[in-house]
Amino acid sequence: MRESTGERWARRIVLSLLTLFVVAPLYVMVSSGLKPLRDVQGAFTWLPSRVTFQPFVDMWQTVPLGRYLVNSLLVASAAAVVSVAIAIFAAFAISRYRFRGRQLFSVTVLSTQMFPGILFLLPLFLIYVNLGNVTGIELYATRLGLIITYLTFSLPFSIWMLVGYFDSIPRGLDEAAQVDGAGPLRTLFQVILPTAVPGIVAVTVYAFMTAWGEVLFASVMTDENSRTLAVGLQGYATQYNVYWNQAMAASVVVSIPVVVGFLALQRYFVAGLTAGAVK
Amino acid sequence: MATTTAPGPVRPAGRPAGDDPPSRRGRRGVRRSYLPYLLLVPAALLELGIHVVPMLVGVWMSLLELTQFHIRDWSTAPFAGFENYRVTFDFDSATGRDLLHSFWVTALYTTLSVGFSWMLGLAAAVFLQRPFRGRALLRTLFLTPYALPVYTAVITWTFMFQRDTGLVNHALDQLGLIDGANPPFWLIGENSFVALLIVSVWKSWPFAFLCLMAGLQNVPPELYEASAIDGAGFWRRLRDVTLPMLRPVNQVLLLVLFLWTFNDFNTPYVLFGGSAPRQADLISIHIYQSSFVTWNFGLGSAMSVALLLFLLVVTAVYLLVTNRRREHA
Repeated sequence: MRESTGERWARRIVLSLLTLFVVAPLYVMVSSGLKPLRDVQGAFTWLPSRVTFQPFVDMWQTVPLGRYLVNSLLVASAAAVVSVAIAIFAAFAISRYRFRGRQLFSVTVLSTQMFPGILFLLPLFLIYVNLGNVTGIELYATRLGLIITYLTFSLPFSIWMLVGYFDSIPRGLDEAAQVDGAGPLRTLFQVILPTAVPGIVAVTVYAFMTAWGEVLFASVMTDENSRTLAVGLQGYATQYNVYWNQAMAASVVVSIPVVVGFLALQRYFVAGLTAGAVK
Repeated sequence: MATTTAPGPVRPAGRPAGDDPPSRRGRRGVRRSYLPYLLLVPAALLELGIHVVPMLVGVWMSLLELTQFHIRDWSTAPFAGFENYRVTFDFDSATGRDLLHSFWVTALYTTLSVGFSWMLGLAAAVFLQRPFRGRALLRTLFLTPYALPVYTAVITWTFMFQRDTGLVNHALDQLGLIDGANPPFWLIGENSFVALLIVSVWKSWPFAFLCLMAGLQNVPPELYEASAIDGAGFWRRLRDVTLPMLRPVNQVLLLVLFLWTFNDFNTPYVLFGGSAPRQADLISIHIYQSSFVTWNFGLGSAMSVALLLFLLVVTAVYLLVTNRRREHA
């Protein structure tokens, strides 16, 4: 099927405009991170008056970025790993067994996705505070509390996506393993998991991204010691001065791990969504 | 939950998972039958503890007079019945009027953001269907805003929207669209709604693009060939082939985008630094402000429960209508 001239031009114009829209903030982020402070204090300039890496050095002093980074890394990694481990077992049950309540579980878990975060925030805040007062288990303003909270955020989608992956693995493989005498768990670990590695990696990255980017709960559930990047990065704007060049430099640094991870694995995200859409 | 970044269900929930495996219960007896439940225990406990129980607590809190005097030990908070709801829905009082205003702002914001995101996503997905040089690069580029942490994207936009130092006014001035001596404010006043909308579309359209692109991969090329032989032009192919084939994707995609955008907190919170201007006072921010600034958690909970009920009704009606239309189609 040939593309008409009109279509070709429509395609070029639309895609160019979209590119411009997408690139503008990315360009501002990267180029402003290379500007000296006085460049970002005056009128906007398209190019730095001179290219400097000083913002990438200074940004660690202006706010305790190192601590926020460590907090975010710990919280996001732990939340991702635990969430995916739990999701693997749940997805295995849903994919390979028919049992009473299976439908109910799937629907309930997915529907929690749509509830407003603000509805959970207040009760969870009070539950964590009171739990700390009563039992001494400190979940409020600790990294543990954030990890537990965040891992539930990615759980529904992780389960749902893994069910899709597990479903696409032929049951003949399970049965062959069972003939060899493997129990259900050995089947899961030796047959299904090795086959589903791309899916599991994609889901892990997704869970990491979810925890890495969360703002609402981070703004209420953390103190100076447990603060994550999501809240900490706003510290470059003080009452007296806004270090836009450092804020942009820090944004570049904290974006790179998730952007690279996601883009490297985009194929698997598309594959996961396609598998779902086939129905 | 985590309505901020989670790519939601693009497949209708509760889809039967392929072929039923042959019943194994006979062979190894009862041991097998409780295994699935055992596997679900960790996930179920966490969902219960972090989502279901807090939600029920939230409903309970909305019935209490949970003000700053009772926060420390909320067992002392007196039962208030439906008083908080009466205040919430009393649109003659300042509280109710502000909430209603915020609701309408959110409704408009959601409609426009979802509409634009979907249109941009569709345009990009359709125009990237055909192979050409640089296609993979563009696809990767278009997905970048989705991969970026929300707060870094929004902080960058905040910088761009600065009146005197930002890119937006500078570019508009260079194009001769504004008076350079007296540039407009973007983050306060009338323009704040537009600014918020632009940032929101920038963040959400790549997700629409991702889902629509995945959906288009399932359209058999023969359908396009056939319609081309029939002499169908671009618009007729779009209307007769592409859109009908995308219906299952659209059904879920539009719902998910609607829910996320309506609950959006991150974008206004980072863009305006906590206190949104009245023109861009989205409902999540509004409830957050009403709860944490005045420490009236009972009232905040009542507003949250009302929001949840509204979303539930909209979702139920939407699914009912779209499913019925799908059956008729």
